[in-house]
Amino acid sequence: MARLSKYLEIGSSPHVTDGTSTDVIMLNVFLALLPVTAFAIYAFGSGAALVIMVATVSCVLTEHWLCRWTGKPSTIGDWSVAITGLLYGLILPPDLPLWMVFVGGVFGVAVAKFLFGGLGMNAFNAALVGRAFLQAAFPQPMTHWQMPFAEGRFEHIPTSVLAMPFWEPTYDAVTTATPLALMKFEGQFAAGRELMAGLTSGSVGETCGVLILLGGIYLVARKMMNWRIPASIFLTVAAMTWAFQLYDPVTYPGPVFMLFSGGLMLGAVFMATDMVASPITNAGCWLYGMLIGLLVVVIRFWGGMPEGVMYAILLANAVSPHIDRLIQPRVFGTGRGSR
Amino acid sequence: MALKQVSPTDEFIKGLWRDNPVFIQVLGMCPALAVSNTAINALAMGLATTFVLLMAGLSVSLLRSFIPREARIVSYICIIATFVTCVDYAIMAISIELHRALGAFIALIVVNCLILGRAEAFASKNNPGRALLDGLGMGVGFTFALFFIGVVREILGSGTLFGVDMFPDGFQTWTVMVLPSGGFFAMAMWLLVVNWIRQREGGAEKQANERSREVAS
Repeated sequence: MARLSKYLEIGSSPHVTDGTSTDVIMLNVFLALLPVTAFAIYAFGSGAALVIMVATVSCVLTEHWLCRWTGKPSTIGDWSVAITGLLYGLILPPDLPLWMVFVGGVFGVAVAKFLFGGLGMNAFNAALVGRAFLQAAFPQPMTHWQMPFAEGRFEHIPTSVLAMPFWEPTYDAVTTATPLALMKFEGQFAAGRELMAGLTSGSVGETCGVLILLGGIYLVARKMMNWRIPASIFLTVAAMTWAFQLYDPVTYPGPVFMLFSGGLMLGAVFMATDMVASPITNAGCWLYGMLIGLLVVVIRFWGGMPEGVMYAILLANAVSPHIDRLIQPRVFGTGRGSR
Repeated sequence: MALKQVSPTDEFIKGLWRDNPVFIQVLGMCPALAVSNTAINALAMGLATTFVLLMAGLSVSLLRSFIPREARIVSYICIIATFVTCVDYAIMAISIELHRALGAFIALIVVNCLILGRAEAFASKNNPGRALLDGLGMGVGFTFALFFIGVVREILGSGTLFGVDMFPDGFQTWTVMVLPSGGFFAMAMWLLVVNWIRQREGGAEKQANERSREVAS
């Protein structure tokens, strides 16, 4: 700017930026996910570490090879696909066979991201699409939960993780039910303290609610995440659950249980806030969050499956362009009061 | 009626590849996606549709000068429905299990847009011989396409082919391939392959044309 150019430079908006680029945001998301990942590996051991590694590698390799294959420059340098892979690893069961992890990663990135046009074009969260595919393709391994803090979890790799490609896994680790399955099928509610501290079973990175919230607060403080989406989800779920618990405290759990069980924390903070697949306006974000919260409560209470965060977010992803159309900010100088 | 002189073999061949009803025209998607979960179901649906295509094509072509323009769709549907009813009873007589597996989709052949499309676009404008060849080509093309989709879905989804185990014990079946979404995945996969081959073919043809032009000039 200091030096006057000989040419008049013309560019499209935005002209004023704060200097953040995709890779800076992704680095911060990675920092926010670091405690969650570390806790996941501590709680579930070597199996979880392998799952996270293979998930990340499969997503990055898929993007790299698809770019090479279609003759485009590789886009793995902006780290966005690595973050997708890490998040994808965090929402898988800790003793899932590695070949299934790989298949889901390839499917998620190739179908949900690359076919739609790559970064910035994906209508759905690629990590969740990968998981949804696995859930539909391999229902049994996807609902098999390893006991957290089992003895010898660092030295011993679960046999199921190393299952031969295309072959059924065999299980040797101690298994347990997730808090949500206990609620749905046994009518038991886990204590809020255990859920917050991550002492229960579940997907690799979804168990410790407090660490996920800390990561979310860090991102909000760095202004790299729209806080309205998680806030709206939490408020909707809490309000609905509170009302149902007042009505029948035996059948329905309390708000603390609903907020900290299953994938709600991880989904609300890191999945629903996917910058591409969520609405643009703040009002749209509130509406989007309310829709996710409503769907989560409906699926968890009355659906066939114990957990519904994944489908709730994917459905809301599909609706988000329509929310953007519905809530369009008034263009300056038009509409109300203008002549 | 003589639009262009096309040899009778070409009328038959075009349905197999160049105008394949499923992979190129993308017609008749409802049965192609719904009952292609096993190779046997796919073959049965394909053969049933082929029979209806043949008979409807022949009848429409024979009656083409008697059917009034205003009532032609109704007449076609009546003709098609007659043959679909025959197929329905025939399948019931051959195998009640197969009839149960195909379910409502046998009756739905009546509204398969492929059959109505061939009746309207081809049989009503051509002589019975050509209409028969066209129907046979389209039917065989449809059967092949369904069979290809069905093979992929059955091998991945159940680990079998024609009900025979393909793998030793312990093969992890891909449940999704038996579900309706698996039909879309298998269909998309074959469309990818077909379009890829067609692009390569097109490229080769273009190169050949250019070369011949160069030679000519």
